[in-house]
Amino acid sequence: MAEDVAEQTASAPGPEPTGTSAGPGPEASGEAANDSGSGTGAGVAGGTVARTAPEAGPSGEPRDDPRGEPKPDSAVVRDALGVGIAVGLSGFAFGVTSAGAGLTLLQSCALSLLVFTGASQFALVGALAAGGNPLTAAAGAFFLGVRNTFYGLRLSQLLALPRFIRPFAAQWVIDETAAVALAQPTRRGARLGFTVTGLTLYVLWNLTTLLGALGAEAIGDTDAWGLDAAGPAVFLALLAPMLRTTTERAVAAVAVVLGLGFLPLLPAGVPVLVAALAAPAVLWFEGRGTTDRKGTDR
Amino acid sequence: MSIWIAVALTAVGCYLVKLLGLLVPAGVLERPIVQRLSALLPVALLAALTAQQAFGGPDGALVVDARVAGLTAAGLALVLRAPFLVVIAAAVAVTAAVRALGG
Repeated sequence: MAEDVAEQTASAPGPEPTGTSAGPGPEASGEAANDSGSGTGAGVAGGTVARTAPEAGPSGEPRDDPRGEPKPDSAVVRDALGVGIAVGLSGFAFGVTSAGAGLTLLQSCALSLLVFTGASQFALVGALAAGGNPLTAAAGAFFLGVRNTFYGLRLSQLLALPRFIRPFAAQWVIDETAAVALAQPTRRGARLGFTVTGLTLYVLWNLTTLLGALGAEAIGDTDAWGLDAAGPAVFLALLAPMLRTTTERAVAAVAVVLGLGFLPLLPAGVPVLVAALAAPAVLWFEGRGTTDRKGTDR
Repeated sequence: MSIWIAVALTAVGCYLVKLLGLLVPAGVLERPIVQRLSALLPVALLAALTAQQAFGGPDGALVVDARVAGLTAAGLALVLRAPFLVVIAAAVAVTAAVRALGG
């Protein structure tokens, strides 16, 4: 634990010599606003950052944390519940989409319980609905989940969890918990934020998945209700806050062209994997053009 | 059965990448190129998925139907900084409305 703290403080100026907008403070908040994944998460977490600084509580907090002034637990819980409830309710859209894609109630619920990372779940059922084979469908979902590794890296330093807890905490390492935890100024706040957001979201997401899947079976033709638009709308809402610089927009544009262009040509589920190549392609192109700009816009 | 295979693969894969982040020592994945790529990969995947699920028809055909109107409504809601659930609801409601009107 102590090593982690030392490592964190020591490494703060270290790996960022390229001017990635500097130290832990601004970077953490930018990360929170950006990575929260959903519009709601971004909004609430952004508000958290803004509100944090002035509310320096009257001490009483552990002084072992160099990250910043403490913030009342109630404020952390309030923010965490806000994100957890808002995003948790959107599990309803997943349940409906999943059932509409032809998955059974048990399969839909298993996805929310075991996969528990929204974009991957939507991607998987979308690919299966389009007739993709299980391997390519799972590959697309898996690549979408890779970003959680990088949340885990940051959270691991921030939360400093005991080793035996990590396998249990891992399931909650997603956009929203990372956003809330990274926005907290103290370790205590980060742990509280992570736990409350994770618990609220996990319970609600699974509950609403069940209700959505049941509801879809009752509804019958989900397309008539426009529910097939829920999937793309979720993706768009997750994507929108990420499109901040020219690089991200270029990647998105190339990916759309590749994804649509190969849709009639390749088996279902494969075109999206081809479209993923837009990321390294644009990076490579950018690296050739302006080597000195590398990393400045993130 | 094949759906269960996909569910199992996704569950195991997604859990392992989550766990990986908590277990590997910091610094291993801190190289700028890895960081940049990991930030851009979801952008590419989400953009492609949005487009495919908006325009994808049967057998990989590209079609324009009511979903486009719904997605436009979602885009508008995002520009207006509407909450997540409102964005989804707008897409669903507009798509349903256009279909009901015979679009």
